[in-house]
Amino acid sequence: MLRINCPFCGIRDEEEFDCGGEAHVTRPENPANLSDDEWSHYLFNKVNTKGILLERWRHTYGCRQWFNMARHTVSHEIIEIYPMGSFPSFNGMNVENVVKEVEA
Amino acid sequence: MSDLNNMTAAESAATKAAVMNQVPGPEIEGQSPLHHADLASLAKQGPKTSGVHLRELKLLGHLTLRCNPANADQLAAVERVLGVALPLQPLTSSENGNYSIRWMSPDEWLILVPGLETFDIETKFRDEMPGHYSLVNSSGGSTVLELSGENVVELLKKATPIDLHAKSFPVGKVVSTLLAKSTATIRRTGDQRFELVIRRSFSDYIWLWIQDASLEFGLVVEA
Repeated sequence: MLRINCPFCGIRDEEEFDCGGEAHVTRPENPANLSDDEWSHYLFNKVNTKGILLERWRHTYGCRQWFNMARHTVSHEIIEIYPMGSFPSFNGMNVENVVKEVEA
Repeated sequence: MSDLNNMTAAESAATKAAVMNQVPGPEIEGQSPLHHADLASLAKQGPKTSGVHLRELKLLGHLTLRCNPANADQLAAVERVLGVALPLQPLTSSENGNYSIRWMSPDEWLILVPGLETFDIETKFRDEMPGHYSLVNSSGGSTVLELSGENVVELLKKATPIDLHAKSFPVGKVVSTLLAKSTATIRRTGDQRFELVIRRSFSDYIWLWIQDASLEFGLVVEA
């Protein structure tokens, strides 16, 4: 059970939240121009990092707001919670590379 | 399209939604989602003292308001209509007599008013509120239970992950959370009194759950 610090409601139990998958995945601008391979890559291929992963979460049964979370997928440590539309600020990893890796 | 938050009075008037009075009048009896449980009869028959007291605050008007907390004109309009300011702090509530407002999310509030006043209040909002907002009468979607008594915290502790200690859950605090796997908006209205806004489709389940969970404390049903 994770204890997640909702940016609005404070620390709550994981059961009130839903994970929305990896964060910073940009929807292609013109899906109609993509090949099936490119489209399925956007839809299904995620980095699935063993280590620190940037994820979207939603406080579904509380305030219903989305936010981003940097979480270690092995230790389950929550490293940072940051607003939608922004990037994490913590040190110790090259965030830009992580984002590129997610988008690649 | 003009900016919805900076509309002229004429533009604002043109966006007025059609408002329908959902309550025909006091002469026609409404039925709450717990009508079948006949709480009024149970209140006459059952015990009068025990650890948990249950009362349904039925047929209230539930208004869901979404607006911009940074728009001072909208905040002032709410205060003109209800006589009390929107609670902008997360997890707080405010009330003025029979009107109460619960913070639901950063731009959403749940307003409870007496059932027969709902239409008047809604109409006043349509007249007063400027700019881009949404007001929905969601009265039919939920009902309100009031739980009180010396064992009420022990009862709720069985079913919700929320810390109910007075230090972290003072009177007036509101949380939307899980209650016995269903959802509820819980507000503390007294040291040993809580108000639960629950979905109408789960009201029978919650009623059954309360009866079961309160066996060890005893349950008094109040009409």
